[in-house]
Amino acid sequence: MKQIEILVVGGGPAGLCAALAASSLGAKVLICERDDHPGGQLVKQTHKFFGSEKQYAGDRGFQIGEMLLEKVKADENIELWIDTTVLGIYEDGIVTCEHDGEHVKIKPERTIIATGAAEKFLPFPGNDLPGIYGAGAVQTLMNVSGVKPAERVLMVGAGNIGLIVSYQLKQAGVDIAAIIEGAPKIGGYLVHASKDVRSGIPVLTSHTILEAYGKDRVEGAIIAKIDDKWQPIPGTEQDIKCDVICLAVGLSPLTELCWQAGCEMAFIRELSGHVPIVDDYLETTVPGIYVAGDVSGIEEASSAMVEGRLAGLSAAASLGYGKEEAPELQKAAMAELDELRAGPMGERIRMGLEKVAAKGGAK
Amino acid sequence: MRIEEHPILDFDRGEKITFFYNGQEVEGYTNETIVAALHAAGVRKLGASPELHRPRGLFCAIGNCSSCFMTVDDEPNVRVCVVKCKQGMRVEEQNGRGVVRV
Repeated sequence: MKQIEILVVGGGPAGLCAALAASSLGAKVLICERDDHPGGQLVKQTHKFFGSEKQYAGDRGFQIGEMLLEKVKADENIELWIDTTVLGIYEDGIVTCEHDGEHVKIKPERTIIATGAAEKFLPFPGNDLPGIYGAGAVQTLMNVSGVKPAERVLMVGAGNIGLIVSYQLKQAGVDIAAIIEGAPKIGGYLVHASKDVRSGIPVLTSHTILEAYGKDRVEGAIIAKIDDKWQPIPGTEQDIKCDVICLAVGLSPLTELCWQAGCEMAFIRELSGHVPIVDDYLETTVPGIYVAGDVSGIEEASSAMVEGRLAGLSAAASLGYGKEEAPELQKAAMAELDELRAGPMGERIRMGLEKVAAKGGAK
Repeated sequence: MRIEEHPILDFDRGEKITFFYNGQEVEGYTNETIVAALHAAGVRKLGASPELHRPRGLFCAIGNCSSCFMTVDDEPNVRVCVVKCKQGMRVEEQNGRGVVRV
């Protein structure tokens, strides 16, 4: 049995920042990361971040990931287990994992769940053909492995991920047949959309995919225009030849551990699925269990990093660390989150968080 | 096909090795996942579904969705999107649930 003060599940932007923050107050931390390379989805992000300097604006995602990882590796209070999948969390607080091919039990005093998210899927005939990839998978192939993911791609979804991955594909020499989007307007930031449009990629709003076809692999797709009730308009079908259909239709929080731990959960559409009810310090309704990042609602890596810091500070403070400095630091993190969520792009998140608060969350 | 020149990234692929895909020799690199090497070699179909035997390929590439299960050195249900290439390994298409050979 491994004893530890704070266990962080997930070594993405939220988890790494949680560990660093908790350690900065003096707590001993263990991070369990499923992959062999921590950094979460940052490892595949080649675009530059926005926001303020505090959230590393101007740096590229993978550089931020490397920087956080180096800090964690140099930190004597933090132990990092890679290739470690957390399997379960039990009533007595015991967490089990697979580590180095062994089944290991961990007894943490506090647990921070920072498991991130998984990609959403779309129902349409032929959606199981090889060549229908999540946008994250396309980024992994292209930006981590350095393998050309396709010759010609149909991108489904014009949110930030769809827009960013499209021009990354273009950079890697892949042709983009089109970006299609069901909504009547582009969902992502204009700066990303402009890059796509400037490089000659057609962005078709109010369009959906009707089916994918091909023998043993994607050979093309039928798309069509949709009306204001999201119904396909007969006669508007187009046959798009492509070898990969990339789905960038959003993410859902990976909340299995929260459910198993007995955290009170709520379905909040604005946060993209079921999320744990949390207080202002990101503690769930199960005392001692905190969450940070996409698991508590889909946002961006910038806010995941600040949430991680807040959860890390709060978990460490609850163990008696940093009595002097913790309250100020927590307040600063909360103010940064408010700042990141200000403005029209943060409206959806603000609405979602209000709903969480109304369900007895934030106090 | 591998990306040789990229405006932002350098790829540290590790050592070049060969392994077997359905008995056929394929090139890979030690820092590369099995699925990346197969993809670079033009392989998209990784197996077939248990009941309707429909072709299966990669989906998430982060070890989350289990769409990429293959049999590697006789071990079934290996998530080839997160397992690295090794010299001489035998990677086989898996039809359905996979069989543990004893």
